[in-house]
Amino acid sequence: MTRLTAWFSEGRSTGKHTLPFVVILLSVTILASAANLFLPADSIFYVSTYTITLLGKYLCYAMLALAVDIIWGYCGILSLGHGAFFALGGYAMGMYLMRQIGDRGVYGNPLLPDFMVFLDWKELPWFWLGMDQFWFAMLMAVLVPGLLAFVFGWLAFRSRVTGVYLSIMTQALTYALLLAFFRNEMGFGGNNGLTDFKEILGFNLQADSTRVALFLITAILLAVIFVVSQKILSSRLGKVVLAIRDSESRSRFIGYRTDRYKVWLFVYSAVIAGIAGALYVPQVGIINPGEFSPINSIEMVIWVAVGGRGTLIGAVIGALLVNYAKTRFTAIMPDAWLFALGAMFVLVTLYLPKGLMGLYGQLKAKRNTVMNKESQA
Amino acid sequence: MRRITLRHCIALCCCLFGLLSLPSSGAESTSLDPLLVELGEAKMKDVEPILVRIEAASDDSILPLFRTLLEGNLYYIEAEGQVVGQFDVDGQTVYKDVFTQQVRSDLQKGDVGKIRVNNKLRGYLRNAMARIQLTAKSPSVRERAVRELLSKLDDDTVEVLEGLYPNEPNKKVKDVMGLALAMSTASQTQLAPSNRIAAIEKMSTSLESDVRNLLNRLTRDDSAAVVDAANVALEKIAQRVNRFAFVDQLFFGLSLGSVLLLASIGLAITFGVMGVINMAHGEMIMLGAYTTYVVQLIMPNYIDYSIWVAIPAAFLVSGLMGVLIERLVICRLHGRPLETLLATFGISLILQQLVRTIFSPLNRQVSTPSWMSGSWEINPVLSLTLNRLYILAFALLVFIVLVIVLKKTSLGLNVRAVSQNRNMAKAMGVKTNWVDAMTFGLGSGIAGIAGVALSQLTNVGPNLGQSYIIDSFMVVVFGGVGNLLGTLVAAFTLGIATKFLEPTTGAVLAAILVLVFIILFIQKRPKGLFPQKGRAAE
Repeated sequence: MTRLTAWFSEGRSTGKHTLPFVVILLSVTILASAANLFLPADSIFYVSTYTITLLGKYLCYAMLALAVDIIWGYCGILSLGHGAFFALGGYAMGMYLMRQIGDRGVYGNPLLPDFMVFLDWKELPWFWLGMDQFWFAMLMAVLVPGLLAFVFGWLAFRSRVTGVYLSIMTQALTYALLLAFFRNEMGFGGNNGLTDFKEILGFNLQADSTRVALFLITAILLAVIFVVSQKILSSRLGKVVLAIRDSESRSRFIGYRTDRYKVWLFVYSAVIAGIAGALYVPQVGIINPGEFSPINSIEMVIWVAVGGRGTLIGAVIGALLVNYAKTRFTAIMPDAWLFALGAMFVLVTLYLPKGLMGLYGQLKAKRNTVMNKESQA
Repeated sequence: MRRITLRHCIALCCCLFGLLSLPSSGAESTSLDPLLVELGEAKMKDVEPILVRIEAASDDSILPLFRTLLEGNLYYIEAEGQVVGQFDVDGQTVYKDVFTQQVRSDLQKGDVGKIRVNNKLRGYLRNAMARIQLTAKSPSVRERAVRELLSKLDDDTVEVLEGLYPNEPNKKVKDVMGLALAMSTASQTQLAPSNRIAAIEKMSTSLESDVRNLLNRLTRDDSAAVVDAANVALEKIAQRVNRFAFVDQLFFGLSLGSVLLLASIGLAITFGVMGVINMAHGEMIMLGAYTTYVVQLIMPNYIDYSIWVAIPAAFLVSGLMGVLIERLVICRLHGRPLETLLATFGISLILQQLVRTIFSPLNRQVSTPSWMSGSWEINPVLSLTLNRLYILAFALLVFIVLVIVLKKTSLGLNVRAVSQNRNMAKAMGVKTNWVDAMTFGLGSGIAGIAGVALSQLTNVGPNLGQSYIIDSFMVVVFGGVGNLLGTLVAAFTLGIATKFLEPTTGAVLAAILVLVFIILFIQKRPKGLFPQKGRAAE
């Protein structure tokens, strides 16, 4: 047990939250799932399926925030295009779910999804082939974002595009994909995207048990990714990444191929975003080109900024808090949400550059100094 | 017999024109009254002779009557022996006097009977209207009348044209008349082929679609020589049409380029010169567009002049907002570009939502001043819309003024000094804070002016700015940061490239291709087309 604890908290300050985080995350999810499945609907401890799905959605966002934090917080690459990787993963899952509908669509075509019948297409485009296999679709959900990130990162980091330039290029990337996916000719359902899913691996998507299972899987994957990322970032590789963030040219002069580190970290981050997207789609039941819109990608950045970048736990907390606030705000006064979001951007960058985790650290440091003084006295 | 009537009518029209230099409908209606009564009470088959007499007895002030009759909207008030036009205004039936356009609200549906027309009468009316217009005073009316005749030449009209041709004073009108006569010659199979070929050659200099239609018909002619000549002429015309289509595309490219230039030139200052990423730049454009809208609300009766008020107003509104943002937020984030990006993005969200709350999320209609609407018709296949033309000129003007401000004024000197070496400028006594605020205000103000121009081209809505922000950044990055000339070249290059790609790829794919091209271009030349050299470069 002590060895396990030691393994979890390896890597000094940033790692000390890992074990509590994993324990809290998993216990909350298991309790909530049990409360949904085994308690009667009129019990005060009953958790509605709606809440389960909402929590599952938040966890997907938290995973996405981890992806953004890994490259922004740890490597200083501000990507304004992570929504693209998220959406690509989502589309891969959406295509699998679309194929699972089979002949239960409106037009009853066993092979073609409804929108293709509507567009009068005769056969599946090549990139839809194999998508009826779950393993293949999941491979694509990881591979396509990873490949895009590799090509983009390889081109960008090798020619030393950094800072603001890179941010704008990533934004242009997701914007270009947004335009492309809006086109009907692309074969991804155009404006409406992919929806009306029926089942996943034979389980009905509307059933409570499926929803709870998806929620649990999301939580477990989030925990795994959290621990793995923590391990990677506290390893030697992680140290180099931090060095690149703090002074890229110095790291390069010392002899590290900084572009390679950046490319692989970027790919790793994109893959996490793709996984998050693939988990997100069956829970919300739709994927459309709106997920590519630049504002989505920027919202992810603010989750990380609010929570505190450079700490994995901060990214998760930020994603959960901001999205909870969004749900509440849009329900009570929808108009105020964008004001609140905008104000959050401005205030966090001006007054909380290290986010809530930074604030927590400051408060703790203050208390420690006070306590030290008292003990000395 | 009929021919005499025609001549007669033309002569009479000229006389009337001379007598009544200002044709007043009152005088007309008295002399026409008995004819109008006859028209109202005649049977269908008797209408044409009456129309001939009406045509003979009046000048071009009769056109509204003929037009209303042609459209089938002419009604007869039996009780008064008067005719009246029935119009549809906002879904309601309204009766108006045909000549004076006065509304007759006292009339009910039962009081009037429709004067019906058949196809034969419609044909007559069209020709009659053309004939009347052919003798009108204004050359442009005459020219338009001849052009309209090109598609429906018959023996009568040709004869009229032959009569008018030698005495036509205006060269342009005369040319079109000559073209019409050539078309008539070419289409007459009984004439000698040599005459017809000469006529075809004359036609080959024209771009009218009617000419092309006729030539296409002539390629199936019995005479082989005529067919050859027609084919050669068609080929020649096709080449010219292609050339003008190219010019047309080029114009649209330049127009898009001018829009991009306007949208990105403010950014070229804030991003390029100051090095500050302003994601709220698009919202400065939006504020300018909404200022135009508000100015038009304040002075609804002076839309034609509103733009002259809107330009300085938009500059002030956006400029002041820019100064405010700089003082409150950006100056505290100095040297932290990524944080500046996030904070200004927050500001852009707030501004968008503010506009949505104040003006509603729906698009607002901004009207175009009358002097900016319409188009400049160079020839039948090429016409340039005036608003795009004005905006192109305006964009270049703004660019030149900005270059002069930066090169010749003391503010410009300070801006350049601060952008090259902030600390040294400070040591020399330049108030860098003040210069920062002014530069940012200038860039934002120009974005506001861009908003005025854009409000004339697109819908004004809360998302107006968003659609330009990425393109603007692309232009600045492509052109080379800190280089105004680069921004100019980049804006026009991207505009023209997009418009030339569009016919083959479609608008969306063209936009994507251009984005991908820039992404690749930046990999090769991270500093843009015109990188900064010397000390200013890092």
